[in-house]
Amino acid sequence: MFATAVIVFREVLEAAIVVGLVLAASQGLRRRGLWIGSGIAVGLGGSVVVAAFAGGIAAAAQGMGQELFNASVLFAAVGMLAWHNIWMARHGAALAKNINAVGRDVVAGLRPQYLLASVVGLAVLREGSEVVLFLYGIAIAQQDQASALWAGALLGFAVGAGSGYLLYLGLLRFAARYLFSVTGWLIALLAAGMAAQAAGFLVQADLLPPLRDPLWDTSGLLSQQSVLGNLLSVLVGYLDRPAGIQVFFYGITLTTILVLSHIYRPMRKRPTRTVSKFAGVANSE
Amino acid sequence: MKVLASFVLLLALVPAGAEELPRFPLTAKDGRFVPEMIEVPAAKKFRLVVTNEGPGPEEFESHELNREKVIPAGKTVEIIIGPLKPGTYSFFGEFHPKTANGRIVAK
Repeated sequence: MFATAVIVFREVLEAAIVVGLVLAASQGLRRRGLWIGSGIAVGLGGSVVVAAFAGGIAAAAQGMGQELFNASVLFAAVGMLAWHNIWMARHGAALAKNINAVGRDVVAGLRPQYLLASVVGLAVLREGSEVVLFLYGIAIAQQDQASALWAGALLGFAVGAGSGYLLYLGLLRFAARYLFSVTGWLIALLAAGMAAQAAGFLVQADLLPPLRDPLWDTSGLLSQQSVLGNLLSVLVGYLDRPAGIQVFFYGITLTTILVLSHIYRPMRKRPTRTVSKFAGVANSE
Repeated sequence: MKVLASFVLLLALVPAGAEELPRFPLTAKDGRFVPEMIEVPAAKKFRLVVTNEGPGPEEFESHELNREKVIPAGKTVEIIIGPLKPGTYSFFGEFHPKTANGRIVAK
């Protein structure tokens, strides 16, 4: 039962962290529940479809369809997260100021809400399809301990979803003017981690050179399979045995998001030295 | 749409003629891998040809090799691995982590 719980937990955690982070990042956004809820629903529906066509996807592109599919989903999510951060760099300060005011709807109305809904949908799709396949395996195995396995799956799902909710609650403890700065950083790191993962799939498909594999091995120090290592891998893209190209993709993605957010931040009347260069929101003084 | 677009773009990158690499068979069956030990030449790329005889899907996963791939029941997938340094690399079936274990020995 616990083995099952752990498997489901690992898959659910990744999607739950994305949902929790997106919920926090979309504070002050009108009808965000509806947007994010739709993202989750479409992602769940999509994972059943992807699981059903797993054979066809695997056979595509000379047997490398699965790698290409995973890389595509990840890169699409990276693009949307980057776009969101750049948008927030420009409008985040106004949004934070008006987070509890009537005026927020005006600002929020400008926001490309569908971006965040799509990111949630993609995260649920990718992790969900593996959960669906795994549960399907349990269902057809018809073992006598099937009910214990289902209980384990439910437990894993609950703990995974609960972790996402805890992240959301934790982020909400930040004051409004810091909230978007924190979520901006977390989203930039999440996107960089996803880009590294996508690069890993392209190496697996033999489309990218690994450039030293692994570049380092810290599995003895902090294994990615440990609770902390797993959490860090989901949150900030920690890899204990990354290929060189994964580290390269991580760096390029993070730098691109930070630089573009800096370039597109709102103009100020007076130049200040203490302006935060961070993705997300600038000072709101 | 974006997913589809990048998927098509990546498809275009796939070289037309797949490289001829040495192939090593592996079978997933009843939550186990057969054989549980595969000997491969070191410093050479190769293809692991994994057939899942079921029941149910399996996911080949190896942290040491940086590989993960789902094998639907009744299907065969190929996983390109290497070149490896001499040594032992363990792998497991993510959907049956207790029973499906094996290792690749590069010599």
